[in-house]
Parts: sequence; structure tokens; C-alpha cells
Amino acid sequence: MTSRKQIYLLSTILICVGLGLTLYKYFFLHFPLLPGSVRTVWSVEAKISFNARDNSVSADLALPSMQGGYEILDETFASSGYQFNIENFDGQRRAIWANDHNSGAQNLYYSMQVTPRISRDITTTAAGKPPSHVSKPIWLAAQREAALSIIKLAEERAATPDNFTYELLKILSGDQQADDTYRLISADKSISRANMALKLLAEAGEQAHIIRGVQLGNRTHNDPPAELIEVYESSQWKIYNPDTATVGLPDDFFIWQRGGPSLLDVVGGSQSKIRFSVLSNVIPAKNIALKLAREQTVALVDFNIYSLPVEKQNVFKSLLLVPIGALVVVIFQIWIGVRTSGTFMPVLIALAFIQTTLFTGIAILLVLVGMGLWIRSYLSKTDLHMAARIGAVLIIVVILMAGFSVASHKLGIDQALSLTFFPMVILAWTIERMSITWEEDGPKEVAIQGSGSLIVAIAAYLAMTNSLVEHLTFNFPELLLGVLGVILLLGQYTGFRLLEFYRFRHMDSD
Amino acid sequence: MMWLNRRNNLRAKGIVGINERNISFISKYNERCRFPLVDNKLLTKRAAAQATIAVPELLGVIESPYQLRKLAKLLDPLEQFVVKPARGSGGKGILVIDQREGEHFCKPSGQTLSLRNIRHDISNVLSGVYSLGGKPDSAFIESLVLCTPGLQHYSYEGLPDIRVIIFQGFPVMAMLRCPTHASDGKANLHQGAVGVGLDITTGSALNAVQLNRVIHQHPDTGVDFSDLIIPDWPTLLRLAASCHELTGLGYLGCDIVIDKNRGPLLLEINARPGLSIQTASGMGLKQRLSAIEQLAQQDWDIEQRLSYIENNFSLARSA
Repeated sequence: MTSRKQIYLLSTILICVGLGLTLYKYFFLHFPLLPGSVRTVWSVEAKISFNARDNSVSADLALPSMQGGYEILDETFASSGYQFNIENFDGQRRAIWANDHNSGAQNLYYSMQVTPRISRDITTTAAGKPPSHVSKPIWLAAQREAALSIIKLAEERAATPDNFTYELLKILSGDQQADDTYRLISADKSISRANMALKLLAEAGEQAHIIRGVQLGNRTHNDPPAELIEVYESSQWKIYNPDTATVGLPDDFFIWQRGGPSLLDVVGGSQSKIRFSVLSNVIPAKNIALKLAREQTVALVDFNIYSLPVEKQNVFKSLLLVPIGALVVVIFQIWIGVRTSGTFMPVLIALAFIQTTLFTGIAILLVLVGMGLWIRSYLSKTDLHMAARIGAVLIIVVILMAGFSVASHKLGIDQALSLTFFPMVILAWTIERMSITWEEDGPKEVAIQGSGSLIVAIAAYLAMTNSLVEHLTFNFPELLLGVLGVILLLGQYTGFRLLEFYRFRHMDSD
Repeated sequence: MMWLNRRNNLRAKGIVGINERNISFISKYNERCRFPLVDNKLLTKRAAAQATIAVPELLGVIESPYQLRKLAKLLDPLEQFVVKPARGSGGKGILVIDQREGEHFCKPSGQTLSLRNIRHDISNVLSGVYSLGGKPDSAFIESLVLCTPGLQHYSYEGLPDIRVIIFQGFPVMAMLRCPTHASDGKANLHQGAVGVGLDITTGSALNAVQLNRVIHQHPDTGVDFSDLIIPDWPTLLRLAASCHELTGLGYLGCDIVIDKNRGPLLLEINARPGLSIQTASGMGLKQRLSAIEQLAQQDWDIEQRLSYIENNFSLARSA
């Protein structure tokens, strides 16, 4: 294989690996490709309160399952003085608090943070077939007749069997207030509408269960659990809101418990109730992706910059930008043909610009190099060894920097203090080289190389401070493999440079 | 659109750009380990002398500041001489003395220097001012080449030299580089020297350019370039072609001067020769380079190579 083909193969592999890892992180770990993308996170707090009698007491709360349209980022339990345990009953997690000698009003807290899943295919309804047998509910004597009459009415109104639940809920929600409904409800006020609907459905022989959950909002306080019912109709599950008879899961509804015996059981206490408070938060999407990826211990994220301490991460943030600067330099050299003084000097200057901001940086640089050249022009008349002369220029650069810093501080221009970010040795070398270029090739060449360096440095600065570039290099460092591949490919380019079109313009004429 | 047209035109003319020169010719045909010999003029000179290739006579070498003490003694018998940095590029740091006036040394421009001035210049050379990357360098002193009368009028304040591009040992293109007032007596085209493209088979002028612009007369002497013909061309071509064996480089440029008494002398060899020769000759390098790349026969000796270019690169025939 020729070296050319090897390079093509190598750079293709590098670019594919770089892009592949990036896309993997985007599609499967949900790292955001754009800076500033955010996801909503809801903090849901369940507050359990009850009065404990003077004996042993235990509270048992059904915990939301991990599946469904939401991901649980974090869970905390607050229960001072209680023994706490999480147990699993038939795939349903339940939190159990227990205590031997508490009395009076008790509060237990469970809070969690949830965020909507990004996955495309979320099934919100229950899976599988229900048990075929439906046990008939037990009615109070006063209710039974009313219940049967409501069912009959609903059956009459429903054009097809599919409409039965809908019609039943409409009757029950009382938009057509029937005597039967009133009788049914007034006989047992403690039962919720959802449970009443379930009872009626059971009486009619329909498969159904309750869904308890929380309606996520911007900010809600002390809400009782919201209830929906799920009915098995024409061989699929359908979710109904018992209050409005609308079909489907409402937006931002967090399912806490599907079916199951109870949400909360308190033994040894009275007046138990559960209330939910919800607070919505907007959090950078990256933080969520990171947290989820860490929980799943994804190796790509484990061996990453994020595992470093924050201050070291910041150092890396600027280090990771250097390849972008290198890419800009390579493009300017190979495609355009700009002459610079020192190949990668513009990248270092651009790094300094990032610290000083562009215009201050350019001003400081021009003043420093200008004064350096002026002083250096005196040194060139003396009989000095080159090492000594560059050393002298270096010291003069340091003195100039110190002088500027003090003077600008006194004048109240604190921005100029950042000039210490300029690489001194590089500056001294640049001054030395430009001075020699001046003597050898004249001021015109110095102007060409100087402005070339400045243009490339500004271009590199603009590329490196682009927020998208910054975001991508830091969050997808594997993209640098792609940059490496592109640079290798550019290194193979044998076409004309842009400035050569000008250089050979007279060859074009005839 | 305009760029695309120009690109196609330049391609059609066989113009080689810097990227193509670097990758398709220099990197491909010049092994890195061969560079030190040509990057150091002193080494080139010694190797050439050993291979009986004619070079200006070496008069002395100064490799450390210590040797500067002996400078006076070294220069004492010399009336005319040239001081050069061994690793200088682009004619930088070259000091030409063509006359002595008692204690003083005179440059061709008429400026006079004292021994002290010369010592300072050499000290600069030793500290690496003119070498790439500022590496410490050495200086050497060689005899001054006296311009052959035929070429005198084509140059101002300096010596014209002939740059020949040698590919795989075949001389493919040549030009005469004439110093001008603008180039400060130096033979570098980008500094304003005139480049006169030469017919590689005859040594006669094709076309002349200064700073990429076509001209017909020397800007300082006013001499017309059209009837220029290099004397002793076959000897010069043979000298140039032999640089291939001397250096082992596949793609090189050699600079040759013609001395009044000794004829063509090799001045230096460049492993990264520039591309202005194409503008000076009014044609691109590509066709000839490709023709040589596609040759079936591999080991050509110098006679065969010279007769090949005579038969194939003659403009009279191809026109």
C-alpha cells in the first residue's frame, strides 16, 4: 500500500471513529450537540402525614417504577427516627418506614427528580393481557340499583362497545346530572370518582385498573394524588381521565403506580394522607446526560475529562481548543498560502487573545512587538552573540510587560493586566525573527509576515471562541480524532494555494 | 468562477504549485538524510571538490569565535574574496570584497569595511543569525568569481547565476538570475532580481521576468535579453546533471556561475528549489517532470540523460 493510500485509510478511520463516538454520545447517551440546550427536571416531593397512636407504627408507600416516559435522576428519603427500608413486591418497589414509640402528628418525606425520556418509542399504556376473570364489586343496598341503571344507560348510549367507558364516565362526571348518579355518589362520599368508575366497570364486566400519579406543573403545592383509569377495550389498554372522560395520558403526567392494591398503607396511625409538591427546574442537558451515563457506568464517559476536578477541566477546555487553532493554521497555510512568522505562533497568540479579549489583545501585541523591534534595532548594531541578544530581548519584553501592567493599572485600564498571558519567549523570538527579516528582506516582508500572522491568529481566535466549537471540543473530545484525520487529509493536498492564483496570474494571460 | 478558469488554465500549462512540489516531488524523491549535505554549503563544496566537480576555490574556514583571531592573517594575502555562512539561505549573510585599499576592504557597491567590521559580520554568522532556526553556524571564505564577459551586461552590482532544476538527474528547466539595483545585488527573484528563462537544450533566452512581470531589457543596464545565450552550455549542463549523483537527491536546484577563467562552477545546491523558474520560462514544470517519471528505463548514465533532454525537451522540435 502506498503511503498516500495509508494516509487516506488512516484519516478515514480517524474521522469515522471521531464522528461515530460523537453520534453514539448524541443518540444513546443524549449529550446535546448544541450549546445551551436544556431539559426540564421536576422535583417531586411526596409528603406522608398521619397521626401515630402510642404504639408501633409503619408506613408503606408504593414507589414509582423506573419504566415509562420518565427517568428518575435522584431519590431521597427523609424520615428522622424511623427505620427505613425498600422492599420489592412482585416488581413493585415499596418504601417502608417503621417506628416503635412515636405519637402525635408524623411527617415522612420522599422526594425525587424526574426528567422526560428522549427515546422515540415510549409506551405509556400497560402491556399484556389482563386476567380474564373480573370479580363483581360489593355495593351498598342503596347504590346497587343506581349502579345498574347507570350501566344500562351507558350501554344504551354507546353506539359500539368501545364507547361504553366514555359514555359511562360522561354520565358519572355529571354533565347530564342524573338522579342515579346523585344517589350513587351521595351514598358513599369517601370513594373517589375514579374508584367509583372502576367499580361500575367491574360491575359491567370490563377489565380496568387505576393509575395513580402526579400532574407535573410549574409549581404545585400539596396536591392529592391524581387518578386515571386504564381500561382494556378491544384488546388494548386505554387511559381515561375519569373527570373529563378524555382518552389518553395527559401531558406531563407522571405515573406513580399502575394498578396495585394501594398507594399508601399506614398501620398504627390514623388520618393518613399523601400530598405531592412539584417544582420544575431547567438544567443543562449535558449534566443530565452525564449523570445518567455515570449511573450506567459508560466507559466512554468514565475515562473522560469530566472525571477530572473542575479546575483541571478548565485547563483542558483551552487545551482542547489548540487542535482547532492548528486546523485553522493548516488551512491558511495549505489552501491559502499565508506567510506567517513561525508556523504555529498564531495559535499561541490566539490563546493569549482568548484571555485578553480580541481588541485589547491586538493593541497590546502591536505595542509590545513594535517597541521590541525598535529596541532590537539598536541591539543589532552591537556585537552580541545571538543567544545573548535574544536573552536581552526577552528581558526587555518582560520589562515592557511589567511597565504596561503597572501603568495601565494606575490608569484604571485593568484589561491590560491580562497581557501576562502572552507567551514571553515566543514574543521575544518573534521580535528577533522579525528584526532579522527587516534587515534581510526589508520592512515589506515584515509587514507581510506580521499581518499574515495576525490574520491567522484572529481567524484562529474566532474559531476557538465560537461557542459551538467550544461546546463540541469539550463535550465531544473524540471529535479531535476527526480533526486529526482532516489535517492528515489536508497534508496530502497537492492543488494550488489561493495566493498562487495571484502569483502565477501572468501565466494565465495567453 | 474566475478562480476555476485560472486553475484550469494553470493546470493545462503544467504549472506546479507549492503544495504539489512539496508532496509530489520533494517529499517523494528527496530523502531526508540527504538534506544536510546540501543545506551546508561547506559540505557541498567539499563533496563536490572530491567528486571533481568544479567549485570556487575554498580559501579558509572559520568555525568558532576563537578562530577569528587568525582572521587578519588569513585575509592578509587576499585581494578579492567572498565570505559566506555555511547554512545561510537566500543569499543572506554573504559578504563580497572585490578590492583592498590599504587597511580597508571594499564591497562592489563602493562601501568600505574595516577588519573589525568583517570580524563582526563573521561573528554574526557563527552565532547563527543567518541559519535556519538560529543554529550556530560556520563561515567560509572562497575566491571571488569573476563574471564572464558574455554575461557582464546582464547584471548590476552582482554576479548572475544560473539555476537549473534537476529531476532524477535530468536537467529539466533553467534560468539565468540577474541581480538588479532593486534586489541589492542578490540573485533572488522575490527580492527583485530578473529571471531569464533559458532553453534547456541550447542555453538561449526564452523570456524574462522581474517580480512576476514580463520585461525585455535589464532595468538597470538596459541591455536586451532576447539575444542572450549562455556560453559553454553543454559543460554547464553536464555539471548540473552530475549534482544528482553528488547528492542523491531526486529533485534539486543547483546554482551555477560562469567564471571568466574557469568556466561553469557549482555554487550551491538547493533541495527545495523555488517555482519562479516557471514564470521566467513561461511554462510549467509538470509535463517534463511527468515525462521523466514515466520513463521505463531506470539507470540512465549522464550521457544518456543529456542526450534524452536534447532529443525530447528541445523547444524547436516540440513547437
